[in-house]
Amino acid sequence: MDQILGNIDLLIQFPIVNLKIIIDGVMIGALFALAAYGLALVWGVMNVKNLAQGDFVIAGGYVAWWMTQKGIHPLLGVPAAFIIMWGIGWIIYKLVISRVIERDLFTSLLATFGLAIMMAQILNLMFGSDTQSIDLGYETLHFADGLIDIPISKLIGVCMALSLAAGVIIFMKRSRMGQAIRATAQDARAARVLGIDTEKVYAFTFSLNSAICGAAGAIIVMAWVIQPFYGITYSIRAFVIVTAAGLGNLPGVIAAGLGIGAAEQYGSHIFGIGYQQAIAVLLLLLVLVVRLLIQRRKRQVLQ
Amino acid sequence: MKKWSAIFAPALVALATTAPSSAYAAECEEIVLGSAISLTGKYATNGVHAKNGYEFAIKKIKENGGIKVDGKCYNFNVIYYDDESKGDRGATLAERLISQDKVQYMLGPYSSGLTKAIAPVTERYKIPMVEAEGASRSLFNKGYKYLFAVLSTSEQYLASAVTLAEEMAKKDGKEAGDIKVAIAVENDPFSLDIRAGVLEDAERVGMKVVIDEKLPRDLSDMSAILTKVKLLKPDLLVVSGHSKGAATAVRQIKEQNIKVPMIALTHCEAADVTGNFGDAADGILCSTQWAETLSYWDPVFGTAANYEQEFKSAYPEYKEKKVPYQTAQASAAVMVFMSAFERAGTLDKDAVREAISATDMTTFYGRIKFSEAGNNIAKPMVLRQIQNGEYNVVAPSAFASHGLDWPRK
Repeated sequence: MDQILGNIDLLIQFPIVNLKIIIDGVMIGALFALAAYGLALVWGVMNVKNLAQGDFVIAGGYVAWWMTQKGIHPLLGVPAAFIIMWGIGWIIYKLVISRVIERDLFTSLLATFGLAIMMAQILNLMFGSDTQSIDLGYETLHFADGLIDIPISKLIGVCMALSLAAGVIIFMKRSRMGQAIRATAQDARAARVLGIDTEKVYAFTFSLNSAICGAAGAIIVMAWVIQPFYGITYSIRAFVIVTAAGLGNLPGVIAAGLGIGAAEQYGSHIFGIGYQQAIAVLLLLLVLVVRLLIQRRKRQVLQ
Repeated sequence: MKKWSAIFAPALVALATTAPSSAYAAECEEIVLGSAISLTGKYATNGVHAKNGYEFAIKKIKENGGIKVDGKCYNFNVIYYDDESKGDRGATLAERLISQDKVQYMLGPYSSGLTKAIAPVTERYKIPMVEAEGASRSLFNKGYKYLFAVLSTSEQYLASAVTLAEEMAKKDGKEAGDIKVAIAVENDPFSLDIRAGVLEDAERVGMKVVIDEKLPRDLSDMSAILTKVKLLKPDLLVVSGHSKGAATAVRQIKEQNIKVPMIALTHCEAADVTGNFGDAADGILCSTQWAETLSYWDPVFGTAANYEQEFKSAYPEYKEKKVPYQTAQASAAVMVFMSAFERAGTLDKDAVREAISATDMTTFYGRIKFSEAGNNIAKPMVLRQIQNGEYNVVAPSAFASHGLDWPRK
């Protein structure tokens, strides 16, 4: 308790720290939002809740790390992870997801849960259980007496995340495939009647999700650290964000992602870093309760 | 199965005790030790390191003319079983060693977990066990009478950093009470032991603990703690969270430009902080049980450096790497048995137990003297500082090869 009060006191004594916490939170939040957007895509289009979301992120990180070990420039690891994870996503779709897509919710949850365990263990066998990270060797920018520091590698990572998000948004709005994906999400049967090959759309959507996650992982390995069993942290954040923002609500996903990032940083500053994940789950509970209350006032049912 | 081993085991023991040994000392008899050790499973790598340590010591003792007990000469022979890195298997094998193979003395397994599983068995049969690979302090608060450990227990891992910080502060004209300590450890039994050790020592000399936080299991970002470090300016920062803790700490300490005069970590080697982060790791202190540059000495192995050299020529597969401390401490455990037998002057196991308990000797691995509880209280943990990408021993200062760079830039 004393420690919590002391930590709050620090925030008041050094107001600039608030800014630092928000910046840190927004930077990691941008990557949470990326993984969450992929999840929302698959969830919305195929009604598959992908519990292996975080493991795709970590796999992408390992792809980038492995390429760097082979002598490729780390920044090229992001597009490389995007492409390779696209292929892996497609294979996984054909092998696993396409078989459970028509089944009930429970089957697809079980399948993706199994997939998550498999992926983590395969990464562990291939790369070992030690933490890995890529040091770009770039400088760190310091502001406000060194209290705010922004590593350039993180800045580059966040910019890449933003441009990837923008690219995906434009693609979904403008391209023929993007339209087909949105049509399938609205009503798969109607889309099929109108001549859209929904099987192809599903495969494309799942691969796209895997690729987005892969790129996010490649950014994470440049700016933070990864380990084969870290997938679950990103899965949990992605679920919290999508549940809070709702499906098909892209601005909502981004806002929720950044918000959760910042809230976690605040939480870990005040209550201790051990409670970081608890804060995310607590927020989810809060959002659900608030939504329930709003729905009740409107006399509607929860979907 | 049972029937077979019942027939086979006495034969094996008979064979072991009567078989003529090597050319070095043909007239020597054999003392049989037993050990369940991890040759397969998750601890296989370190289990093999430990077994090699046992075997190397036994070979050296043989070359040195064996063990002299009451005018007669003996050599060790160890019966090994593979515990597959599983606790229940380890306990079963210990039973088998004692009741079927009639082993009277045991060498420890690898890891605290396995030692915890085997210790109740050896205790029940009153079989002395000298172990070298179980550091958890929970092994030494159960009142075990037949368990002895040559290594430093886990709460000592970073406690020597507290002593070092105190020394440096005094040199700088500060009092121990002015020293501020920040602690960030993972929430698991091993790291909590480390925290307990640091807290105990810091409180004893009156240091102020300004940050005391637990790291989550899936740590990838500790900037919240480091921001507080920046604001509260501690003189000593202690981080322990396996390899992820070390990697995250080194990475973010550099990114956030943290200036703490002394930073001490565990698991630097596992996280390969020098390889992954280069200069960023410079000046950081890392704890280890033993290092080959220490100036300890004993008559069997010579200095620590001698040990390293001879071990490498006996086991060429270690040529390219450093000899792990797991190997060195396993050899030290065999040394304890040797010395105890010679001092006891008999093979009676209770007399030998008393002799082990009274051990006070210097080995290439460090001094060994057991507390009532059975842990080694005479060997300090070794701190190495990363200086220009090299791990150099800086503490304990009496045996150090290099000076400490302080304060860390």
